[in-house]
Amino acid sequence: MRSELSQSRPARLRHAIDGLMTGVFTGAGLIAIAFIFLIFFFTLRESLPVFINPEVKEEANLRAFFIEAQPGDSMIDRYIWQPTSANPKMSFIPLILGTLKATLVGLLVAIPLGVAAALFTAEFAPRRLREVIKPVIELLAGIPSVVLGFFALIVLATWVQDLFGFTYRLNAWNAGLALGLALIPIVFSITEDGFTAVPRSYRDASLALGSTRLQTAIKVVLPAAAPAIFAAFVLAFGRAIGETMILLMAGGNAAITSFDLADPLRTLSATIAAELGEVVFGSGHYAALFFMGTLLFVITFISNTAGELVIRAMRKRMQGEG
Amino acid sequence: MSGDSWVPSVLPAYRRRPLLDRLWVALLGLSVVLILLALFLILGNIAINGAGQLSWEFISQPPREGLTAGGIYPAIVGTAMLVMIMTVVAVPFGVATAVYLHEYTPAEGPRLAWVRFRASAGRKGRAKLLLRFVSTLLAVATRSAVANLAGVPSIVFGLFGLGFFIQFVGGGMDRALHGGEIVWGQGNLIWAALTLALLTLPTVIVATEEALRTVAWEQREASLALGATRWETIRRIVLPAAMPGILTGGILGISRGAGEVAPILFTGAAYYLPYLPERLTDQFMHLGYHVLILSTQSPDVEATKPILFGTVFVLLALTFLLNLTGVLIRARTRSKMREGR
Amino acid sequence: MTTLDFERRVETNRPVTSMQQQAADVRTKISVRDFDFYYGENQVLHGISLEIPEKQVTALIGPSGCGKSTFLRSINRMNDTIPGTRVGGVISIDGLDVNTPGLDVVALRRRVGMVFQKSNPFPKSVFENVAYGLRIGGLRDRGLMEEIVEKSLRRAALWDEVKDRLNASALALSGGQQQRLCIARALAVDPDILLMDEPASALDPIATQKIEELIWELKDNYTIVIVTHNMQQAARVSDRTAFFMLGKLVEYDDTNTIFMNPAQKMTEDYITGRFG
Repeated sequence: MRSELSQSRPARLRHAIDGLMTGVFTGAGLIAIAFIFLIFFFTLRESLPVFINPEVKEEANLRAFFIEAQPGDSMIDRYIWQPTSANPKMSFIPLILGTLKATLVGLLVAIPLGVAAALFTAEFAPRRLREVIKPVIELLAGIPSVVLGFFALIVLATWVQDLFGFTYRLNAWNAGLALGLALIPIVFSITEDGFTAVPRSYRDASLALGSTRLQTAIKVVLPAAAPAIFAAFVLAFGRAIGETMILLMAGGNAAITSFDLADPLRTLSATIAAELGEVVFGSGHYAALFFMGTLLFVITFISNTAGELVIRAMRKRMQGEG
Repeated sequence: MSGDSWVPSVLPAYRRRPLLDRLWVALLGLSVVLILLALFLILGNIAINGAGQLSWEFISQPPREGLTAGGIYPAIVGTAMLVMIMTVVAVPFGVATAVYLHEYTPAEGPRLAWVRFRASAGRKGRAKLLLRFVSTLLAVATRSAVANLAGVPSIVFGLFGLGFFIQFVGGGMDRALHGGEIVWGQGNLIWAALTLALLTLPTVIVATEEALRTVAWEQREASLALGATRWETIRRIVLPAAMPGILTGGILGISRGAGEVAPILFTGAAYYLPYLPERLTDQFMHLGYHVLILSTQSPDVEATKPILFGTVFVLLALTFLLNLTGVLIRARTRSKMREGR
Repeated sequence: MTTLDFERRVETNRPVTSMQQQAADVRTKISVRDFDFYYGENQVLHGISLEIPEKQVTALIGPSGCGKSTFLRSINRMNDTIPGTRVGGVISIDGLDVNTPGLDVVALRRRVGMVFQKSNPFPKSVFENVAYGLRIGGLRDRGLMEEIVEKSLRRAALWDEVKDRLNASALALSGGQQQRLCIARALAVDPDILLMDEPASALDPIATQKIEELIWELKDNYTIVIVTHNMQQAARVSDRTAFFMLGKLVEYDDTNTIFMNPAQKMTEDYITGRFG
């Protein structure tokens, strides 16, 4: 047999190819990695003028963003975002408020529905039903947010207004409802994974003590999957904060400071989307928008990291006891 | 279990309320019904109002009369070209990065690598151990960055696309190659596609690494023990085994990228062009962008509504087609592996 | 530094140096001198010295964690894949130090085949599994490939059971069949030496017996080194046995001597089951 193997491809060629491919993968990897880090640093760099450029700082600075208030009695009059007027006002407050309002409604819709649906699917649904529900949720997840925004703007707003009699057609309720729909698949899949990951032995122990399936589901499985529910909350929160299209189209596009959920709103992301097209390169407005982007970056980073830490801690606790 | 008669008298009275229990479960099930209902309403509404628009003219003709009549052919072409370029960039780089992270960077964490480096004081091979340590740091930092990038709002990518690709790179290219004339320093196919590719990169990387992880270490060992090089092992054993996961992740990333509008708002999309995009420097029409403009900036909302619904229908159909393809490919490669080709 | 192509090594007819080898015409295949092994700062093997004879079965026994698997893997340098390891001393095959700088490890691993504790067939067909080593070696002649695959499967006593389903998935075979497939796969590239790391520990008694019979047949053509925690297996199957303990070689002799009349007390204690 030995002589046949002298037919083998020379070892030197194989080693050369191996070395080449190592270079290819390392090179491609490093390029992609470089770009990933570049996004962080570039966005940060373009918002630096807010801190260091004197011309930009005249209008766009931290004080203007977060503290400065105009003369007036009501909140609406005092915090204004109007970067393109003769006397530019750049308070982020109305935008932050808008973001929070929409997020609140979105989570209010998505978390109960998503968790309940996940619990039902994991603990009570017969197998055939489960295999229908999961693809349906995936279908919902596959709907582009521009489509959801369109639906909320053209169809949903009318229904909601007819139903509740709001003054404005586009408001936090409308946008938040559509946003909630977009968040449901995230909440559902994470919590459902969490429920199915609860060990069978927990359920068996509970049932063996004479509990009903419902009691088992609520008192044993639900608490055991607490890290997953928290993770779902955090991820949905992050997604809601950053969601652009739905809120741009269905929120009403009014940057006003109001706590009323029936008022139109504008979020941070939607502001960037709405105004970046006409901003002057290098101006205070430009830097302010980039700063907004950095802010969104930081918020998502913090919420993701916080979520991960809490999950890790919860898991350790559970494994320590369990 | 019939009643409470068998319960020892020591325990407090324990009343079961089976009817109430069933009600609660029904309530839980109601959530599923509500979700299904919402989905049905949305898709149904779009189907009813949009399907009627579908005709050969709609798909193959450009828009006329200020977007109130005609078809959306250019938007379909633009979307297709954009997605293709995005895929060609994102998938190879994403897979390569994941392979690099999983197969070429050291498996131990930075802490262990540092300990080994410190312990090797005064022995040869120290430089190698230092390099190892640095690559473990890189691997950890990259995985963390990728995970965070996946959660970054899509508009931020649009920011980056505008500021970096268009202003910085495009502007620089124009100053160097065209003497200040604006050729590259504006929105076009290539910048938009690169921006979208960055958006989908984390999805592809994460899905590919997951798929690589499912290939048991013993498989690689067996291949190496037979005298294969690392690349031969990756090419013949690891990648084929991980292919279903890689394909699924790739398709998932692609279908998500096809539906994103925020990143292309300022990097190349236009709502009316009298020509089809032919070169990388051309602008393009886009289905999602068309929906946005028609919804929010249409001069006559009622007149454009039919076109709008039709466009949404086509966009949805394309997205679902992509998703379905992904599911089918995944199922097919899985069954192929079971037969052992 | 040029790559020393292991396939063109010079065969040496070294005289037998070990005191324990009785027959004058038994050649040494693997020569180990003062071999040390370190996992980072942790020394796992201490000064191992022994001569493994050609075309015989040598068993490595000892309590778990004593380093016998690590030693086995050092022969074909599979420990290179684990980071932070260091070696001292010499392991030579046919007179050539396997740790020579510049040595083509890929070629070494073709000469030294390995079978693992848990069978690890590739998720490919039976044929493709056995042909894997040939394909990466560049063999393209389909006829020759089929010939070698059949020969290997016969040598591994698996041919009759799979000849009608060469294209079926290897994962559809039973545990014992999969392990024999892995042996056939290793044999296909024509190694001189076969290293087996507890090859039957995951198998039922009947499959184990088949593997042991196979080992007995294979030694006519291959030098076999087998790690096993099953002493009866070592006694049944091997010609020579090495007893390892805490990373040191305690005793190495003919199998009969080790099991009936061991020189060291520790060996005797282990054999009779007093520990381990």
